[in-house]
Formats: sequence, C-alpha cells, structure tokens
Amino acid sequence: MASLAKKSGSMRRRLRAQANPLDYSRKAWLRLAMGGAFLFLYFPIISLIVFSFNNSKRNITWQGFTLHYYDKAFQNTQLHEAFLNSMIIAGISTTVSTILGAMLGLALYRFRFPAQGPYEGMVHLPIVIPEICMGVAMIAFFATIGIPLGLLTITVSHIAFSIPFVAVVIRARMAGFDRSLEETSYDLGASQWQTFWNVTFPYMKPGLIVGALLAFTLSLDDFVITFFTSGPGSTTFPVKIYSMVRFSVTPEVNAASTVLIVMTLALTITALAIQARAQRRDDHG
Amino acid sequence: MADRQPIISIQNVTKRFGSKITAVDQVSLDIMVGEFFALLGPSGCGKTTLLRMIAGFEVPTKGTILIDGEDMHSVEPNRRPVNMVFQSYAVFPHMTVAENIAYGLRVVGMSRSEVAGRVEEAIALVRLQGLEDRKPDKLSGGQLQRVALARALVKKPKVLLLDEPLSALDAKLREAMQLELVNLQHSVGITFIIVTHDQHEALTMADRIAVMGEGDVLQVAPPTELYEFPSSTFVADFIGQVNLFTVEHANIHDGATVVRISELGEITLAHHKDRITHIAVRPEKIQLGITEPSEPGLVKLKAKVKNISYRGDQSYVFLVTPKGLTVSARVQNVGRSLSAVARQGDELWLSWRPEDIQPLAD
Repeated sequence: MASLAKKSGSMRRRLRAQANPLDYSRKAWLRLAMGGAFLFLYFPIISLIVFSFNNSKRNITWQGFTLHYYDKAFQNTQLHEAFLNSMIIAGISTTVSTILGAMLGLALYRFRFPAQGPYEGMVHLPIVIPEICMGVAMIAFFATIGIPLGLLTITVSHIAFSIPFVAVVIRARMAGFDRSLEETSYDLGASQWQTFWNVTFPYMKPGLIVGALLAFTLSLDDFVITFFTSGPGSTTFPVKIYSMVRFSVTPEVNAASTVLIVMTLALTITALAIQARAQRRDDHG
Repeated sequence: MADRQPIISIQNVTKRFGSKITAVDQVSLDIMVGEFFALLGPSGCGKTTLLRMIAGFEVPTKGTILIDGEDMHSVEPNRRPVNMVFQSYAVFPHMTVAENIAYGLRVVGMSRSEVAGRVEEAIALVRLQGLEDRKPDKLSGGQLQRVALARALVKKPKVLLLDEPLSALDAKLREAMQLELVNLQHSVGITFIIVTHDQHEALTMADRIAVMGEGDVLQVAPPTELYEFPSSTFVADFIGQVNLFTVEHANIHDGATVVRISELGEITLAHHKDRITHIAVRPEKIQLGITEPSEPGLVKLKAKVKNISYRGDQSYVFLVTPKGLTVSARVQNVGRSLSAVARQGDELWLSWRPEDIQPLAD
C-alpha cells in the first residue's frame, strides 16, 4: 500500500514536470500574450489610481505622494450632492428592476406562450442596442409625454435598462431548478403561494442578489443614458466627474473616479462570490 | 384480495397531450387497500402519466379517478390523500433532514409539538436517527431516498406513490432497498403504487403488477402468474427471457389443442386459449443433452450451439435450429468446473415438458 502510494506520488510529480499537450497555460508564449492583454486592459485604470495620489495640480508628471486630493474630493459639496443623487437613483432603480426583472425571468422560465421566442428576443434587446440610441429614445419619450427631466426620468430609464440584466440572471439561475421540488411541496399540502416562498424563492435568492448587485453597478456608473435624461439639479456622480474633467484633469478627478471604481469593484466581486458559492452548493446537492 | 376494497379506482381514463399524443388510453384499474402495486412498462408507455394523474399533477382528458370512493376530478394535488416520492427525490436543498420531513405538516399549520413528535417517529421509521440536522448535500443517495420516503409517510397518506424510486441507486443498494421498501410497506400498512421499468424490481416487490405498453394496461396479475402465464407476446417478452415460436395453425381435437410449428411439428398443448399465434417457453424450462432424451411426451429438438453468455451463477446457451431460429436455454453452473457445459458448434438436444409451454396471442 505504502509503496503504491509512493509510486503514484512520484508519478504525479513526473506528470507535473512534463506539460500535457493541452496544458496551454504552461506555455511561455501564451503566458506572455496573457500578460500583455492584461496590461493593455488595466494599465489605464492602474495609472488613474496611481495618479490620484499625485501631488501636482496639473497631474502630468509624478511629483510625490499625497492624500490631499482625496480630502479635497470628500470636501466638495457638489460631488457630495451628485453622489447622493447617484445613490438614490441606484437604490430605487435596483429595487424596482430586481423585482420586475425577477418576475420576468421567472415567467420566461416557467410559461410557454405564443410568440415566446420573439418576446424573449425583445426583452434582451436593451442589452445589445447602443446606449446612445436608448438615451435618445428616452429623451424623445419623456419629451412626448411631457415629463420634465430630473431624478424621476433618470430613475425610470435606469429601471428600464436594468430589467433585462436581472431577467437574464434569474432565467439562467432557474435553468438548473428541479421542477419536482415545487411539485413535491404542492403534493405535501402547501399552497402555490407557500410553495413559491418556501421552495422557489430560496432557490432564486443567489440569482436575485447577483441581479440586484448588477443593476446597482449598472445604475451607479451609467453615463450616456443618464446624461440624456438628466435635468438641472439632477447631476449624478459620473456626470459630475465628466463636467469636472472638462475644466481640467486634476488629481481630484482621479480620486473621485478611484472611489467609484473601488465601489463597483467591491460590488462586482461580491456578486461573483455569491454566484460561485451558489454554484458550488448546487454541484454538491 | 377479493374481499378487499379498492382504494384507487381508475375508470376509463384517457390522457392526451395535444391532439397527437395519447399517453394513457382507456385504462380501467382497481388498486386494493394495503396492496403493493406496480405499474411496469418500457419508457413512454404512460405509467408515469397514470401515476401523475393519481397524484393530481395531470388531469385526465376523459374518465374518472376515485380515491377511497371520492371523485378526484377537481381536487388539487395539495388536497389529495396521496403523497408522492419523486424520481429525483426532490429533497429541499436548503432545509435540514428534519425540516424536510416536517415540511408537509408545517405548511398545513400543525402545532409545533405535534410536528416534532411525528417527525421523530418518521425518522425512526426510515432509520435516519442522528442525521436530523444534516443538509441534503451531506447525504448519500440512499439517505436522500429515506428522507423523501419519511417526508411523504409522515403525512399518513392513504396511498404512497413512488415514481422509479430506485433508479438512481447503484445495483447493490437497489437490491437492499427493494427489500426495505417491502418491509416498510408491511409495517405502515399503506397502499404503495410504484412505477418502474425494471421487471426484477416489480417481480420482487409487488403483490400485483400491471404491465403497460403504449398507453394500455395489457395484463394485471400477481408476479408468478405474470411470469408463468403471460397473456400476450408483449408481456411474455417484456418479463424475463423467452423463446417464442410462431404457430402455423392451431385446432382443437377432442378437447385438446394441437398446434403446428415448423421447427417442432405437431404439439398437443396442456393449456388452452381461444386464439393462439405463438407459443412461449422460458429458457430455464429447457433441458440440454448430448443424447436424445428417451422420456416420452417431451417436446424435443436438435440445435447447434451458437454462443454462450456466462453470468456467473448461470449461463445462457444460444442455439440455432436447422431452420435458423435462435433458442436460448439456461444452465445452472452447479459445478465449479472451468470447462464449459457446451462449446460453440456442439450439436445438442433441447427438450421441455408440454406443461411448460404457454400459448399466446399477440
């Protein structure tokens, strides 16, 4: 037994030393290409973060480390107001779009109805059509029905473009659902309503959290549609940063952007972690 | 069985999906109180649809289903006095074993103390003590099945419906669970209806079996009757192994049925039937011999060994008759000899008693 274990151990070591034909990640040229792609993607973001600590008003060359511009950004009342607006919009839009999107995703999973294919395609359309078109369509729509642009119009637009994302996430989550769980619950004496809350909803939950976090980040960093549908006094955080950039690119802009990046990153990582954990649990069960 | 009341009465039930597919066609069936009943058939024969109609998940297109004398037509599944164990077991993944079993009692508003007592009882019944607080992902397939069983039995249904309950288990465990299910049914005394495509499972467990094919119930009988006296070629062929000979013509002579078969000549049958198209002989009823059997009255035939299928405790010998028909015979491997009973190419005599012939009509 012991010699067998030793033998298999040494065999494993030999296998590790010798790359398998399909072990692409161990090939030098591929690693180089991956590193290059990674640098290409993240260099601008990394330099943005680095230069947010730059002690220079012009922010072109590195002058030394400081937290001064973070302090300045946190003191900026206009930024405060924009941030608050963003939070209100994101909060409402996330809540509403998560509920509606979840209902939509569930309906698409559950029911078979005429013209379901085209309907599903139409639901996913906002994900693929250019944001600028969506923005123009929104502004035209609000102008037609005569609603003044402001927080309300931004929120409604954000809800509209977030719903498909939530629906897609819920739909994907439900694809792995065992319908006999619902039937069992019904068979054991539960009503349809009890069955939904006791059986279906707990299964949906990771999808709901991921969908909500997705909707939140989408709303928080949306620029194009927000820019079209915002009015006086309803500036959001990204729009405010844009207007600051038009003046001059100071480290304050970098600092504010860094805050936004960190927030979205944290939310996205949370969403992915929840999804991964739910996946692991499903694989077990 | 005759003195017992039917607990489930299926009367002329038809189920169609769309306009083309008829899953269940004009089925009438009575299932008695306390019976272990099996619905047996190949996949797509309508057995699961029939079970789901009893549970209430499908509504019959035509016909009536009575449970304990009550028409179930507009009764929802959550109001029927039957419970179902699903093929996937459908154990709620986010609840512990105890929570799973308590579920059916909790949703109907039973008091906490009563639920606790009943759950404890059910856990003891399926021997899951010590696993009450486990989550399903920490249970084996056999344990999951016990949870599903306990969860259904705790409701004290009049009938327990089981949809292919053993198909997800490995062979050894499946055999153990067959026996356990039978014991469980004896101890709780509830009527069990099991759906299966596995003939061994049905023969081992059930008191009575309904063989289904293409939406029809072809024969309802206890296991021995079904195996020894199948009513049609389909049933004979589906249950166990069988050798079928085509009857060229049959007539009744002084009260005895005589059939003509090209391989065997004229045979006087011990059992009678109005219409006969085939006769069937099970492989284990056939004797193999090197010399012609001298015993009078035997049906006999010479054939050449084509191949031998070794199964450990027994072997199936496949032989070809001079007219080209393949006949299989079973040989018990009584001795421990390594040399085979027969070798490929050997000419052997096959013989069997006329009583072992079952006349069939397709």
